[in-house]
Amino acid sequence: MATENTDIEQLVDRKYRHGFITDIESETLPPGINEDVIRFISDKKNEPEFLLNWRLKSFRYWQTIKEPDWAKLHHSPIDYQDISYFSAPKQATDAPKSMDEVDPKLLETYDKLGIPLHERARLAGVAVDAVFDSVSIATTFKGKLAEAGVIFCPFSEAVQDHPELIEQYLGTVVPYRDNFFAALNSAVFTDGSFVYIPKGVRCPMELSTYFRINEAKTGQFERTLIIAEEGSHVSYLEGCTAPMRDENQLHAAVVELVTMKDAEIKYSTVQNWYPGDEQGRGGIYNFVTKRCDCRGANSKVSWTQVEAGSAITWKYPSCILRGDNSVGEFYSVAVTNNLQQADTGTKMIHIGANTRSTIISKGISAGRAQQSYRGLVKIFPTAENARNYTQCDSLLLGDQCGAHTFPYMEVKNPTAIVEHEATTSKIGEDQLFYCRQRGLSEEDAVNMIVNGFCKDVFRELPMEFAVEAQALLNVSLEGAVG
Amino acid sequence: MKLNIKDLHVSVAGTEILKGLSLAVSSGEVHAIMGPNGSGKSTLAHVLAGREGYEVTRGSISYNGADLLDMAPEERAWAGIFLGFQYPIEIPGVNNTYFLKAALNAKRKHLGQPEIDAIAFLKLVREKSELMEIDQKFLKRSVNEGFSGGEKKRNEVFQMSVLEPVLAILDETDSGLDIDALKIVANGVNTLRSDDRAFVLITHYQRLLDYIQPDFVHVLAEGKIVRTGDKSLALELEDQGYDWVTTGT
Repeated sequence: MATENTDIEQLVDRKYRHGFITDIESETLPPGINEDVIRFISDKKNEPEFLLNWRLKSFRYWQTIKEPDWAKLHHSPIDYQDISYFSAPKQATDAPKSMDEVDPKLLETYDKLGIPLHERARLAGVAVDAVFDSVSIATTFKGKLAEAGVIFCPFSEAVQDHPELIEQYLGTVVPYRDNFFAALNSAVFTDGSFVYIPKGVRCPMELSTYFRINEAKTGQFERTLIIAEEGSHVSYLEGCTAPMRDENQLHAAVVELVTMKDAEIKYSTVQNWYPGDEQGRGGIYNFVTKRCDCRGANSKVSWTQVEAGSAITWKYPSCILRGDNSVGEFYSVAVTNNLQQADTGTKMIHIGANTRSTIISKGISAGRAQQSYRGLVKIFPTAENARNYTQCDSLLLGDQCGAHTFPYMEVKNPTAIVEHEATTSKIGEDQLFYCRQRGLSEEDAVNMIVNGFCKDVFRELPMEFAVEAQALLNVSLEGAVG
Repeated sequence: MKLNIKDLHVSVAGTEILKGLSLAVSSGEVHAIMGPNGSGKSTLAHVLAGREGYEVTRGSISYNGADLLDMAPEERAWAGIFLGFQYPIEIPGVNNTYFLKAALNAKRKHLGQPEIDAIAFLKLVREKSELMEIDQKFLKRSVNEGFSGGEKKRNEVFQMSVLEPVLAILDETDSGLDIDALKIVANGVNTLRSDDRAFVLITHYQRLLDYIQPDFVHVLAEGKIVRTGDKSLALELEDQGYDWVTTGT
């Protein structure tokens, strides 16, 4: 009823917890992009010739294409010449050799974010790589991982230490010609994480990367590459935050995953970039390309994402199911509040026989937010007995937000079975009343109902992150009914 | 506990449903409110629990001396009011036990009591679920999701037994129950009857009153209580139908 709606409007009033700015001296390029900028980045990172050339090819291609406009997103035009493409915290020495050399202010930042670089990491058994603006700060547990033969290091370090792996795999899953933002990233990416799991190895711990944009007017263009050799297994988590700023900041990442025969990658994301304020000022523009190429038979990839932040999210983690019997999964919770917009989903490309994919997408909209699920299920003629199951559910809080679903299916093999289920519901006034009658406050009731709605996805997250995701969801919807 | 409803007028979407209802309920009493469909029985239940969308245009409700109409639904719950829903609500993905524990602890918190710990809670739940003959497996499922009509109603009375209200309003808890389920529900209510608790049973049929002996029976018709008596009134209604009271013949 009318009163209830007013309550829901009042609830749309969130606080962003990660909005602090770290006062640290940094080396930042003036805004603008041209070949000199790209040469500067490449030189700064002491990159081999092949990489510079690839960056330049990407840049030249990028200049010939336009931003995609098919997504259901509206934003003011992005001035790519007004962004700085490189920012690194200044260090006394060139690079920290150990944790002791890392600027204490940076460590404090990570402390505030709750990212344990020291002992807490050991307790949690999580290896962390932290990317601050453009450079990777520290990778914990490198030694322990090395014993297992696992390589987990900043991308720029992998370029120095394992150039042959970079040359072999970079751009083979997401070519620079893939899309506008992938091309831009390929030209100017600065750092990210690199993971290599050798044949038959089960990575002994969860790997985790935290990304943070700190410097004003900088873009963050990270590049992540994970290679899982035959019979290997790894679980990887990334978290993202940014300070509160009035202007929009661009984040355009590329993540490439490769799974060989019998290999498995579980990739989880908790994305909490600054979403902008109630009037839609500021916030991160998040244009991300993520894809896994299941090259070997019986390989498996599982994407789990909790997307709570960013003013704009444009993201479709995808699976190319090339190997026979390979399995792709996509579990997503996206929350948009105030004036946030998200156009997110996945692509499941079935090429091998008996390939299977599952898509579970849960969208929650509050305030005046708009959200779209966009998904493609494509079955090639070669994909005998392919199976897909898609379920996408939307939950609306209040009557000023919107949820949209754009499922695309291309089935070229008659043995395929593709199922799609979709629901949209408003958070039930009767559900709220029922909870409140039992003594729960309106806010607790909303949190409980929303968390119940997302349960199918949360249970796919590693335990410690499921708790974090649930807490994040509650914060994101703080004030959304009250 | 003292509930005092005086000359209550309530409209829903501009239509007056309750037209001057008065009722007083004290601890230890069981009141049955009977009446034909559309007489305003469920409206009364919802207004007492504080549901939005019901506009009180005249009259008052005092609860232990406080103005009940000033209290939010959860505040009424903390003060000991429980509504057993005619159509219990499903909450997908929310575990039944978790829900009940959160509800109990919310109430305890507001009463300044410490939160109940997991072990004590499980013990309590086991005890009460046996009373209501609730299968343990229901406790692990989502709130009311996939429950049959009878299971939902039993779950309501089970929740009531855990939350231990001061004033329990059961809105047609008997409807849709087979005779065995009805006996279980009635047994639950009878076990919870005590000198410091009151019940308001809203029912269409006399059947429930075969198992729960009310102290008072009220007949609600056209938004008012038109007749009050003891248990024999319910039997007379059963014999003669509601026309007998509403037409006043």
